[in-house]
Amino acid sequence: MANWVEVGTLEDIPKLGSRVVNGPDGDIAVFRNSKDEIFALRDSCPHKKGPLSQGIVHDRTVTCPLHNWKIELDTGNAKAPDEGCTGHYDCKMEDNTIYISI
Amino acid sequence: MKEKLVLIGNGMAGMRAIEELLELDKDLYDITVFGAEPYGNYNRILLSPVLAGDKTIDEIMLNDEKWYEENSVELLKGKTIINIDRKQRKVIADDGTEKEYDRLLLATGSNPFIIPVPGSELPGVISFRDIHDVDLMLDASKKLKHAVVIGGGLLGLEAANGLMLQGMSVTVVHLGDVLMERQMDSIAGGMLKKSLEDRGLHFLMSTQTETIIGDEKVTGVRFKNGMEIAADLVVMAVGIRPNIELAKKVGLHCENGVVVNDTMQTYDPRIYSVGECVQHRGQAYGLVAPLFEQAKVAANHLAQMGIGRYEGSVTSTKLKVTGIDLFSAGDFIGDETTEEIVMQDVNRGVYKKVVVKGNKLIGAVMYGDTVDGAWYFQLLRDGTDISDIRDHIMYGQSHLGDSGHGGHNAAAAMSDDMEVCGCNGICKGDITKAITSKGLFTLEEVRSHTKASNSCGSCTGLVEQLLATTLGGDYSASEQVKPICKCTELSHDDVRDAFRKLHLTSALSGMEALNWRTSDGCHVCRPALNYYAISTWPAEAFDDPQSRFINERAHANIQKDGTYSVIPRMWGGVTNPSELRAIADIADKYKVPTVKVTGGQRIDLLGVEKENLPKMWKDLNDAGMVSGHAYGKSLRTVKTCVGKEWCRFGTQDSTAMGITLEQLTWGSWMPHKFKIAVSGCPRNCAEATIKDFGVVAVESGWELHVGGNGGIKVRATDLLCKVTTEEEVIEYCQAFIQLYREEAHYLDRTAPWIERVGLSFVKDKVVDDEKMRKELAARFIESQKYSQKDPWAERASGEVQKQEFIPLKKIG
Repeated sequence: MANWVEVGTLEDIPKLGSRVVNGPDGDIAVFRNSKDEIFALRDSCPHKKGPLSQGIVHDRTVTCPLHNWKIELDTGNAKAPDEGCTGHYDCKMEDNTIYISI
Repeated sequence: MKEKLVLIGNGMAGMRAIEELLELDKDLYDITVFGAEPYGNYNRILLSPVLAGDKTIDEIMLNDEKWYEENSVELLKGKTIINIDRKQRKVIADDGTEKEYDRLLLATGSNPFIIPVPGSELPGVISFRDIHDVDLMLDASKKLKHAVVIGGGLLGLEAANGLMLQGMSVTVVHLGDVLMERQMDSIAGGMLKKSLEDRGLHFLMSTQTETIIGDEKVTGVRFKNGMEIAADLVVMAVGIRPNIELAKKVGLHCENGVVVNDTMQTYDPRIYSVGECVQHRGQAYGLVAPLFEQAKVAANHLAQMGIGRYEGSVTSTKLKVTGIDLFSAGDFIGDETTEEIVMQDVNRGVYKKVVVKGNKLIGAVMYGDTVDGAWYFQLLRDGTDISDIRDHIMYGQSHLGDSGHGGHNAAAAMSDDMEVCGCNGICKGDITKAITSKGLFTLEEVRSHTKASNSCGSCTGLVEQLLATTLGGDYSASEQVKPICKCTELSHDDVRDAFRKLHLTSALSGMEALNWRTSDGCHVCRPALNYYAISTWPAEAFDDPQSRFINERAHANIQKDGTYSVIPRMWGGVTNPSELRAIADIADKYKVPTVKVTGGQRIDLLGVEKENLPKMWKDLNDAGMVSGHAYGKSLRTVKTCVGKEWCRFGTQDSTAMGITLEQLTWGSWMPHKFKIAVSGCPRNCAEATIKDFGVVAVESGWELHVGGNGGIKVRATDLLCKVTTEEEVIEYCQAFIQLYREEAHYLDRTAPWIERVGLSFVKDKVVDDEKMRKELAARFIESQKYSQKDPWAERASGEVQKQEFIPLKKIG
């Protein structure tokens, strides 16, 4: 059963930016890209646990601030040639309000 | 319906073009590839290691059959195209297969040249060109004893070495008196010959083949001088000829090769051509680096982007014989208009020569110690003015105090388990294995696959050597003018010019105006564009927080656990009891786990949660302290000694000078971090001669030094000039910083920048031209008006970037 939790509005997150939600099982990074798509990933790079919320967002990718791994926002997968995956959460937006499935 | 693209020639150049094309646009064409050989695309330049027994065929495959399937590229192997119907636009293979095309890419490569002497048709006479030849040689080496290799060039020596390692007795016959005379001068060629003789090869120099003897198969070779030797196998390795038979047959304009223009288009606009079959501006190439450059340009035009141009290549050479280090590039022979600088150490087996014309390097040849080959090649291709470094150019680029790779600088001499990259723990064996098994050709590819030299970069030279020794002369050195990143074709200089000329005031408007390939750029280009915007148009630029690295966005340094460090400014490294007390109280209040004194004479509070940053900054502001910018590509610290006020040796008040300089320059955004130091006498306790701008006081005034670095590559400063007054120190400092801000590429420290442009470039503008110096200083002062705002105070007040520091929501 999806448990949709309201976390804020689109305007709360800067374009090409991210905000952190302190979740029950650790931080969740919520991203907004230039097309106003919203994504949520565990705020932990598969490489050395860097906080992805602090990275640079481009297209559907975030670059980890620690060692520049590129993580796909929609899957949590590291882009080749790096290998690894971080957890991702389903999100939806209704009237500009963002919900995450936790 | 998709257009149809047909590639004739399933080799490295043609397939590289297909790969580049797929990366640009994978849905544009239905692609069909015809290959005469019954294999996928393999790495032809690794045939020597296969012959030598170091590699297997499977290990040198670049695109196996699975690759063609996965990329929906139709591979028709074992089919030779015998005709092209240019009117009907279709190709015809030897088995009758026909295929229509909208665009055709011709990459038929080259054929080995067989000297037309009597007997050259006999069984046992072969060339060294493809897998079939290698199989023949391996088979022969098991049964036969005497091999003769005709041709003492790159290919011949590699074949000879391989056959010798397979147990044959090998004689190399060479027409000239110097081995590899296209790549070596007589001294280096002589050293090479001796070294190969020590390994067991035999040489017949200045010897011309007359007849290959034998009835049913080869039994010997007779030379023009009357001598005869026994031979069971003869390998012809005297050169290659562009394979233009098909092109000629169908009426495409050919000279020595298929003639193409700068877009790799033949005289038939629907037909492009790349690789060894091509003649471009009168020149044919046989090394992979130029062929890959051609492939990239052809792919660009096939993808209908139409912006790339191939303008010819300068090539360099390495020999792929294990344990032999040799390198050459450009014109290493010279003539009456050139000068030579030579270093020779016979006992160590080292020989280096560079050829200089005017103030530029035009060629280099090295034997035994080739660690600086990549550097000389760079100087040569960039046309760098070397007059400033001429006195030490022969000693190479390696600097005193290089660290991180155990002092090794000769990759060939390292064992596989020795560490090359000290940052990421990557050994030599990991790198060479990745190069061959993953088909890597460039430094960037090695970096992204292995991470070697991807962090601090101090082992870059070693990694380039490994690329070169693994792939021989065919490795692809970094391009002359590098694009900023994959999002654009434009270089840093192109972009900076455009920001000036087109009055671009933000990263996003820059990407739009300059036709960026990606919608938002990436982590490499966006911070660079943001810097070019704010440094070019300080009064009006939009400084985009999302185009800043996290450290500059959060105004603190991110640590490995996601916490931050806070370093308040201490002007000139001077503090007082009340500041120290305030720092101590703040450290207690926020339970700061580590307090550390930095190398730049500041105090670092480590392990601060991001949420606490604005509160801590407010407390520090209240105690009179501001941001130390220890996180920024900006002025970091001005380090000082106590100077004349206390020191018995001090000649000037270095502390006061340091404080003055720091107050003038803090807050300025730069291409990279920037450090200043002021020493009160030549004892130089502030270590000013390893700083970006170093001031050393003397009795009669101040010495100004620039371009030092104490980090990855230790580099002592160059003396800029000596001045007498404090006002001059300030003006020169401002002018130098502004020149650096306006001219260096983003993420260039002053040291590599000065090495690239030359000290004379800086002196001309900052020292010799008073008007320009004053203009530079004035522009610096103007830009400081907009940047000297304490970012901590702005954020502590909650007015700026509030959302950056607080969680969106707390759940549970």
